[in-house]
Amino acid sequence: MDDVANADVVLITGSNITENHPVLSAALKRAVRHGRPDGHRARLIVADPRKVGISRHATIWMRPTPGTDVAWINGMAHVILRENLHDAAYVAERTEGLEALRDSVASFTPEYVAAVTGIPAEQVEAAARLYASGRALIYYCMGMTQHVSGTDNVKALANLAMLCGNIGRVGGGLNPLRGQNNVQGACDMGGLPDKLPGYRNAADASARQSVENAWGTVLPDTPGMTSRAMFHAMETGAMRALYLVGENPMVSHANLAHAEACFDALEFLVVQDIFLTETAMRADVVLPSACFAEKDGTFTNTERRVQRVRKAVEAPGEARADWEIILDLANRMAAGWRYDAPEDVMREIARVTPSYAGITYARLEQEGLHWPCPDAGHGGTPILHAEGFLRGRGLFHAVDFVPPAELPDAEYPFILTTGRVLYQYHTGTMTRKSRGLAAREGACFVEMAREDARDLGVADGGMVRVASRRGEIVVAVRVSPKAMPGTVFIPFHFAEAAANRLTSDAADPVAGISEFKVCAVRIAPATADSE
Amino acid sequence: MSNTLTLNGAVCTFTPGETILDVARRNHVDIPTLCHLKDTVPTGACRMCLVEVKGARALVASCAAPAGPGMEIETESQRVVRSRKMNLELLLASGSHDCLLCPASGDCTLQALAFRYGAGGTRFARRRPAHAPDASNPFLIRDFSKCILCGRCVQACKEVQVNGAIDYGYRGAATKIVTRNDLPLGQSDCVFCGECLQVCPVGAIALADARKKPRQCDMTAVRSTCAYCGVGCQVDLHVRDNVVHMVTGADAAPNHGSLCVKGRFGYEFIRSPERLTAPLVRRDGELVPATWEEALDVVAERLGQVKAQHGADAVGVLTSARCTNEENYLIQKFARAVVGTNNVDHCARL
Ligand code: SF4
Ligand code: SF4
Ligand code: SF4
Repeated sequence: MDDVANADVVLITGSNITENHPVLSAALKRAVRHGRPDGHRARLIVADPRKVGISRHATIWMRPTPGTDVAWINGMAHVILRENLHDAAYVAERTEGLEALRDSVASFTPEYVAAVTGIPAEQVEAAARLYASGRALIYYCMGMTQHVSGTDNVKALANLAMLCGNIGRVGGGLNPLRGQNNVQGACDMGGLPDKLPGYRNAADASARQSVENAWGTVLPDTPGMTSRAMFHAMETGAMRALYLVGENPMVSHANLAHAEACFDALEFLVVQDIFLTETAMRADVVLPSACFAEKDGTFTNTERRVQRVRKAVEAPGEARADWEIILDLANRMAAGWRYDAPEDVMREIARVTPSYAGITYARLEQEGLHWPCPDAGHGGTPILHAEGFLRGRGLFHAVDFVPPAELPDAEYPFILTTGRVLYQYHTGTMTRKSRGLAAREGACFVEMAREDARDLGVADGGMVRVASRRGEIVVAVRVSPKAMPGTVFIPFHFAEAAANRLTSDAADPVAGISEFKVCAVRIAPATADSE
Repeated sequence: MSNTLTLNGAVCTFTPGETILDVARRNHVDIPTLCHLKDTVPTGACRMCLVEVKGARALVASCAAPAGPGMEIETESQRVVRSRKMNLELLLASGSHDCLLCPASGDCTLQALAFRYGAGGTRFARRRPAHAPDASNPFLIRDFSKCILCGRCVQACKEVQVNGAIDYGYRGAATKIVTRNDLPLGQSDCVFCGECLQVCPVGAIALADARKKPRQCDMTAVRSTCAYCGVGCQVDLHVRDNVVHMVTGADAAPNHGSLCVKGRFGYEFIRSPERLTAPLVRRDGELVPATWEEALDVVAERLGQVKAQHGADAVGVLTSARCTNEENYLIQKFARAVVGTNNVDHCARL
């Protein structure tokens, strides 16, 4: 994170960073406004349909129509190649597939991009030139991945970064910003159907063999289901029982009506959480767990830094740490596990997971360590791929522009995007129980441009009914200069006016992430009799 | 031998660009400061860091003065001590510094320096407060009667968090730290990151409910990691009697002391009366409290039944981006090794 000060240019897209990752945004703003002590400053490119807070600090702010990101990213690559601004030495030495990329972006002229995205052609050119003018760092967040084209968006950004020699360099890079605190760690640990701990392929027999040896068991060789596939399997009856830890899909799932039907079809649901969430209310068994302040362990942050979590207070009543609960349950099912404390688990993680092999609690005592950290003498790896790409050479991927699955039409004329606000977090189970935060941002709203509000005949604070093909909610209008005319925004934290009643569960075919960011809605003033 | 100087008689080397204060801190010589804030432009506002440099007519502000070759510096000479004490007396008279009722007591630089230099706060008549306190928001109280106008909060807001919500306003005796148009903080551009609270050397900025909590000096700090976003800020949880009363940013990577409103103020849920405190099992359609034995027996039995009748792949496990690495590891191990399915995922992409 401190590396942002070394960048010449920062491109940030699909991330309302000042509200979602505020402390990182402070580092970014410092890099842009104040620079390093030696006078070096970064310049900023922001691509976001909303006039997000960080755009105030941008040299260039592009405003693409939601769902058209591949087009402007490819457009920038087009301009960079056309004007020979790429890092030819780096591309020759460390990448392959440039010609395929060249072909795939040939049609993305600034004029074509302007027609698709609404970004003026000159702005795409200016952004490309600025991006290619020095060491450039990219941050992206859910605004990039929560689309049917989510995987493509990231590939297109990776193309851009490799083209200018920005992967594996100080002040460069392509950095996802994780929304929840330990998404990184959950993935690292094998909380994925196709990946064993350390991202080894679950379908690969030799990878399984090494984990089998460590665990002294036989591992299943049938492919697992993604969370999305699980919901479908719940609906069809292929999945009968679900064990759900620390999540609230009854608020966070795209297309909530569908999620409800899925849960109803289950034979047996266990929910392990700190609160009786909307989802827990549907469970057959609810297991009370300890929160972060009540247990020991580690989290891995968005830059792969493994850091300690320490127990500060006792859990209330009989609530227990998640690791203790799962340990007890496993042993009740004849697992024969023996762990006395989270540190024992970390010792096993280090044995089983090569990228965590050098990590111990003793080494984390003062400061975190970035994985890969392959042995006890290794100081961690703040910058990935510095010595070259894992697979040898970085491969360019041709990506084409696929429009969002649901576009506005006469019946549903507005684009809805969803996201977070500064004072709330996720489904609000924690933040809404902190009085100050609840007081600052206690209720749901729909943010829209002044001209849209005028056309609808609604005032700031007035109630409107927002409907999509899947459901409807009633919320208050917030007229805001952040909103792009024709596009409205609703935060998803609020169960009583759940934005996900409206969202689409059309998904990215590869990552299985739903298209939270784009769906079509219609809006009408909510009159008393229609309530 | 050009880059050396003497500090209280001891020879020290320095690198050009370092201030006298930098050299002193590196050599564990404690020059007191009130306004100095790491990584920001020195303002020299508080005059507390004055030192005596041989040959210089006036005392020198060590936070801003570059170290020079051959300088002979005294940091606690009689002249320096007299100046500091006078300064402290003036500051103590400038407002309502009633340590008995101040939430910052025990954690206040002014109080500590008054003790160190024997400043009793009785030498000058105390000034009446010029501005009423601002308690317009649920997070922070600004008590201007304790503000010594050191400017750290302004620098923290402008240079560290780059929010620019506050600045110096008015003039002379009426000088005040203000938001734009001097609106209450709750109606200003403030985003309640609390950086100003953390850097205020006195009690002029305090937690809104500070009087209902133990003072910071009466609590134990436990270093941990913020549980909200992926930045993973390092925090100190301040604990007393099994309650987290306050959270501050730890001066370590990645956040170097900073936090945001969620990390700093979003801890009340820990003690929420709505926390689950016992396992619940559904009986006759109702969720009713049960013992751990009962609840886990039901889970083990029903998961076992589903597996026996429909196969392991009829069971799914969703782990959590909120849980620790250790827990995620065990949960996926449970799915794979105990249930026998690869149906394990987390909800982050739902
Ligand atoms: S809380 Fe943060 S934004 Fe508000 S005045 Fe203090 S430093 Fe500035
Ligand atoms: S409020 Fe605190 S930090 Fe700000 S000027 Fe006054 S004393 Fe200094
Ligand atoms: S303090 Fe704010 S920025 Fe830091 S980890 Fe917590 S939520 Fe993220």
